[in-house]
Amino acid sequence: MDAFFSGLFSNVDWYDIWLATLDTLLMLGGSLLFTLLLGLPLGVLLFLTGPRQLFENGPLYAFLSFVVNVLRSLPFIILLIVMIPFTVLVTGTSLGVAGAIPPLVVGAAPFFARLVETALREVDRGIIEATQAMGASTRQIIFSALLPEARPGIIAATTVTAITLVSYTAMAGVVGAGGLGDLAIRFGYQRFQTDVMIVTVVLLLVLVQILQSVGDKLVTHFSRK
Amino acid sequence: MIEFQDVHKTYRVAGREIPALHPTRLEICAGEVFGLIGHSGAGKSTLLRLINRLEEPSGGRILVNGEDVTALDAEGLRRFRQRVGMIFQHFNLLMSKTVADNVAMPLRLAGAYSKSEIDRRVAALLQRVGLEDHARKYPAQLSGGQKQRVGIARALATEPDILLCDEATSALDPQTTTQVLQLLAEINRELKLTIVLITHEMDVIRRVCDRVAVMDAGHIVETGPVTAVFLHPQHPTTHRFVLEDEAVDEREQHEDFNHVPGRILRLTFQGESTYTPLLGTVARETGVDYSILSGRIDHIKNTPYGQLTLALIGGDLAAAMSRFEAADVHVEVLR
Repeated sequence: MDAFFSGLFSNVDWYDIWLATLDTLLMLGGSLLFTLLLGLPLGVLLFLTGPRQLFENGPLYAFLSFVVNVLRSLPFIILLIVMIPFTVLVTGTSLGVAGAIPPLVVGAAPFFARLVETALREVDRGIIEATQAMGASTRQIIFSALLPEARPGIIAATTVTAITLVSYTAMAGVVGAGGLGDLAIRFGYQRFQTDVMIVTVVLLLVLVQILQSVGDKLVTHFSRK
Repeated sequence: MIEFQDVHKTYRVAGREIPALHPTRLEICAGEVFGLIGHSGAGKSTLLRLINRLEEPSGGRILVNGEDVTALDAEGLRRFRQRVGMIFQHFNLLMSKTVADNVAMPLRLAGAYSKSEIDRRVAALLQRVGLEDHARKYPAQLSGGQKQRVGIARALATEPDILLCDEATSALDPQTTTQVLQLLAEINRELKLTIVLITHEMDVIRRVCDRVAVMDAGHIVETGPVTAVFLHPQHPTTHRFVLEDEAVDEREQHEDFNHVPGRILRLTFQGESTYTPLLGTVARETGVDYSILSGRIDHIKNTPYGQLTLALIGGDLAAAMSRFEAADVHVEVLR
């Protein structure tokens, strides 16, 4: 059995695979955390300043919307390179896990913010009206009604964003970020080591499956049906 | 008491001023159930939302117990709204919170109640609306009638003086509507709470309201005690609502009477006279013969009433009519 495996995956260094997996998970965790911290308030602000909303503000909404659209229309591979000076400024390096997180966050936060805005728009206006009628302040409307009601939508948005980040981390390998994508490109593609390619792809696939099913379970739980 | 002093409301849509409510004077007395009836777009929803300023008036003043609510600042408005409960056609419960948490929400938002006080009140409110076994459920697990009862419990949580009902039974089936209306009448009686409700069904007005205002195209066209407005409607819009409730087509009915000989009268009995054996007595004493063409005996809130359309033949017709009027029966000659 052992011989069979070592024959089949002769190029695969399982320790390297383990380190690369760890790097991918670190990049994913770190960038997801900052994406949520940045994207959630941005999404709430987009929603509130939008047309016919609580803090309707045409110019501010147009500005935020424009910035979000610009960042979203930039291909991630370009963003990675354009961001290098800024990344060095923030983390001191453009390499490794630390070097990958700033471009990942800048790439994913606008995307997540848009999804949050959409999730908040799905909340029935009647619920906002009922909360206003109870004498709630705007702050209370946001934290006691809007966000709890939009929770399933925001969780679904987080799932989609996390999966997008997995594919972004693979691309970040190009600029020396490490991780499974980096391994796949350097060994699987450039050295024609098909077995390394298969192992990394399978691991990425498993990761995405886990993220999706955990996300779906949480959405179902918080939908309170 | 709620007083509208020349209140009006216009919306600006695409640069044009659309009047939703023309200058309106209206008084709603403390402790009564006041109904606003009108078709959609008549302005009743706007009028209701002006009371707790979910809609801002374009002009005029609204006084609630002598206090000008149009002059309140943001903080004053919040405190005022805590004293005004509101229920909605589509319930507007938070799907993410349990029944108990929904009912507790106005208390938590007010921030002036201890946890044990909130628990005590929520338990009492759920008991009042008959949902004490459903405290830990989520709204999605309840029927429409149960959801509206959660809405009522939530609206009563801060012990308000006024309850606003926005088409509260329009999304419910007839049986559930009856239960919710009974609950509202019971609350009005026991808590001495002023209820303002809007509806497009005369039946709802007839069953729970003390007074009614009929609205059409942003105007109040008729207002008064429900018995008067319902039994003797003056305005064409009111006529239509009454007929819808009776489910009769007046024109059709009159055509049927073409073949009936004699005088056709409509008698309206109200209160005690509804149950007196008047017809037989009058027929014997004046020698008129009668046949009943159509009729209805029902209640307006707690007042019984009857409305009969009769054909009278022979005898002393004038004497019969004065006998009816002497017995406090309203007589209308149809032909």
